[in-house]
Amino acid sequence: MKRRDFIQLAGLSAGAMALPFSGFAQEVDIAHMLTPLLDTAQKKQLADVALNTAKGLGASYTDVRIGRYLNQFVTTREKKVQGVTNTESFGVGIRVIANGTWGFAASNNVTPDGIKKTTERAVAIAKANSKFQKEPVKLAATPSYGEVNWKTPIVKNGFEVPVKDKVDLLLAANAKALEKGASFVNSIMFLVNEQKYFASSEGSYIDQDVHRTWPNFQVSMVDRQSGQFKTRAAFSAPVGMGYEYLDGKAEDKIQGPGGIILYNKSYDMIEDATMAAEQAKQMIEAKSVEPGKYDLMLEPSHLWLTIHESVGHPTELDRVLGYEANFAGTSFLTLDKWQSKKFKFGSDIVNIMADKTQIGSLGNVGYDDEGVKCKSWELIKDGVLVNYQAIRDQVNIIGQKESHGCCYSQSWSDVQFQRMANVSLQPGKQSLTPDQMVAGIEKGIYIVKDGSFSIDQQRYNFQFGGVLFFEIKNGKIEGMLKDVAYQANTNEFWNSCTQICDERDYRLNGAFNDGKGQPSQSNAVSHGSATARFNGVNVINTGRTI
Amino acid sequence: MAILSKEEAKKILEKVVGFSKADGIEANLNGNDGGNIRYARNSVSTSGEDSNVNLTVQSYVGKKVGSASINEFDDASLEKVVRRAEELSRLAPENPEFMEPLPQQTYGAEAKTFIESTAKITPEYRAQAAADSIIPASKKEITAAGFLEDGRGFSSLMNSKGAFAYNKSTGVDFTVTMRSNDGTGSGWVARNFNDVNKLNTAEASAIAMEKALRSRDAKAIEPGKYTVILEPNAAADLLGLMLFSMNARQADEGRSFLSKKGGGTKLGEKIVDERVNIYTDPWNEEVPTGNWAGNGLPRKKMDLIKNGTVANMIYDRYWASQKNTEATPFPGNRIMDGGNASIEDMIKDTKKGVLVTRFWYIRAVDPQTLLYTGLTRDGTFYIENGKIKHPIKNFRFNESPVIMLNNLETLGKQMRVASGGGPGGGGSSLIPAMKIRDFTFSSLSDAV
Repeated sequence: MKRRDFIQLAGLSAGAMALPFSGFAQEVDIAHMLTPLLDTAQKKQLADVALNTAKGLGASYTDVRIGRYLNQFVTTREKKVQGVTNTESFGVGIRVIANGTWGFAASNNVTPDGIKKTTERAVAIAKANSKFQKEPVKLAATPSYGEVNWKTPIVKNGFEVPVKDKVDLLLAANAKALEKGASFVNSIMFLVNEQKYFASSEGSYIDQDVHRTWPNFQVSMVDRQSGQFKTRAAFSAPVGMGYEYLDGKAEDKIQGPGGIILYNKSYDMIEDATMAAEQAKQMIEAKSVEPGKYDLMLEPSHLWLTIHESVGHPTELDRVLGYEANFAGTSFLTLDKWQSKKFKFGSDIVNIMADKTQIGSLGNVGYDDEGVKCKSWELIKDGVLVNYQAIRDQVNIIGQKESHGCCYSQSWSDVQFQRMANVSLQPGKQSLTPDQMVAGIEKGIYIVKDGSFSIDQQRYNFQFGGVLFFEIKNGKIEGMLKDVAYQANTNEFWNSCTQICDERDYRLNGAFNDGKGQPSQSNAVSHGSATARFNGVNVINTGRTI
Repeated sequence: MAILSKEEAKKILEKVVGFSKADGIEANLNGNDGGNIRYARNSVSTSGEDSNVNLTVQSYVGKKVGSASINEFDDASLEKVVRRAEELSRLAPENPEFMEPLPQQTYGAEAKTFIESTAKITPEYRAQAAADSIIPASKKEITAAGFLEDGRGFSSLMNSKGAFAYNKSTGVDFTVTMRSNDGTGSGWVARNFNDVNKLNTAEASAIAMEKALRSRDAKAIEPGKYTVILEPNAAADLLGLMLFSMNARQADEGRSFLSKKGGGTKLGEKIVDERVNIYTDPWNEEVPTGNWAGNGLPRKKMDLIKNGTVANMIYDRYWASQKNTEATPFPGNRIMDGGNASIEDMIKDTKKGVLVTRFWYIRAVDPQTLLYTGLTRDGTFYIENGKIKHPIKNFRFNESPVIMLNNLETLGKQMRVASGGGPGGGGSSLIPAMKIRDFTFSSLSDAV
């Protein structure tokens, strides 16, 4: 009732894709979306109302976020346009510390009077809760940046591209898939623009304009005779880019093992939809996997999700400390492991960075949602756990003085908290291509694109599926497999990493809507890697009869 | 402003419909006030409140539809939003699946979904509810992490064909995870009500604390097929995934667990044990829900699974028109008939088995067989010769609710559980505990 995180625009159809959608969003027309609402000076004036009000009520710290969040979804199936939706969510979120306790309130009444009342509510909530507060909030110092701004370095603003162009592209992709025999196709173009203004009682006034783009489809093949159906998802990635991602430049296409085409910094949707229909047919005809131990060769469009779940989440300090115990869970990467400075998270070649600065990534911003300048930092160095992901009110707990700059809120109406930065596996230092990797594997499976995923609440035991599975026998790709999922213990899995392709194969993928927190909030985050090899992983057969 | 009465909502909607110059119009006016408190490490971490009213207008010209929304309600704003929707409808591509709004409908009696005491929850109440959970935990070497969320809201709909519908409701959701300070034991409990007077966070927290203490120092047992006793929350999670997959169009298109080899669907066929009866009923006293679905269709009591047989699938209005059948209002609640056995009775009756408090991180593996994977969490116990022998390490399962309901041994007592999405968000379910044979656990997890 309070707020819906997701709306299923395509109803309950097989191709339905869940989309993050603020409950406060209004449907608006595109001309309105392209018109600025407030200039920076007006935002500063409004923010100062909150800062002064809170100070007068005894708050020791205040931050204000005036946010305008724009979304556009264009959805189609087969030859039909299902919907064109433009939404705007505009309002203000105010967070204070009073009596050593956080309080937060939000309102879509962005006027001096509305802001004053909202600030009063935030302070009242902080005071009510302080009665049971055990640990007063301690904020790590952060510089005061004065008045600054930042913008995603986009080439083409997707919101300025006519809807007709998007519809034409999606329907052309659908047509190609249908022409190649697909039974059904759902496709979507999803654009996000976060215009957010942050001000704090410490003297930072930060204006940011953040863009994200995600073209996606699901091509389904139904074989009525055998009663089987398979779905091949798009090989696109959600990106922190503008509409230039849809340019599908020749230099961004990669010929992968097994005759597949993969994409790097731009994406050819029509070509991919054509391949998808052909591959969906092969997925039905594929051989059912023999369960057992295999060397897995995981392509970046697949490996990102394994990194996200088994490295990204357990290195979040709020989980380690127990703040997420009632929902997302805690973490096996306990403080003692980090303090020992020798906990072998993975093999020696495993180097993993957290980062908020990589251009084109979903997590890329100039400053986080509590006014800390973004950076990159090491999480796993030569296989050893060396750091966590933490924000201003947490870093003191691990004896550090500087926030990592990964605080985020999905909207002005939700309170900001620690969210995952981009977490990426660094490419191998030795020269190695995916084809060379295949040549060295006797019994293996090459997995492309993320599929089913599940991991326990401390991030030990996981199971991942995929979309395309190619059998590798004696250094050669043999053909497609189906019913494949692998299960492993995170620590054993990363210690079984024996090869990582070099930087030529490094690509980003990611999650547009990673959920965490109560009430649940959505975060967009990228994960980079090159194709990597993991030896002797347990593969199960997921085929069943009902 | 957030909670408008039926008359207030009707007055605004009549104005909106009156402004229409298109072929037709449908308007939804909804509002809610919500609040929450979150705690962890035996201390409050975050809390907040929000409030919103929103009007969404959908205008159509032929099969071209435009929609726009607004949160201001003076006459000029109402007219502006109607004009904007009309303008968008003219620019929109034709939607061949567009269905004109419903004519005037007859709705059954309003279910008792709105409870005044819940609507009046204050920040002080929330802080006290958290304290009633935190203080007993801190006295017992236990760390509490919990979340309480409450809300009151209304929804209303009117269109140019004469339909008008209104409902208001309240809800409160509470969950708490209690972990022993040595990190070896964990317990969980969940409560979901329309009426906050039924919620006692101290009582609920005591159950989670007991589970945390009893689950310490769990032993590993071999994965494999086991008889399981699923508490209602565990059963509901898997069951809900099956019930949300009963879409008729998907089944007709051949991409559902209800599609049949060679064509056709399993409607009318027995797919699970004949003791399985699952239905929806807006007037059930334990899980009341709105008497109309979001698209204006009147809700009624309707069987989903009757004596193990697929009784109804969910038809949206477009697909129903293609198949010459009646559209199905989306169920607001789900009820599965239970039995008289308590969990204790089922344990007494079990030679070798596993008691499961809840499942976690359930994800689809194969939509064709509804195979899901996930893990046990927060209290998993080994049963031998009618008694709980010891706590066990958590398992990963790979199982289909269809296979599970074919392996039904015993149905236990029903309990109200949340279907997800916050208070009232995903509706509520009334689901029994159940004993199932040959449940597939495929690996062990070290997670506590």
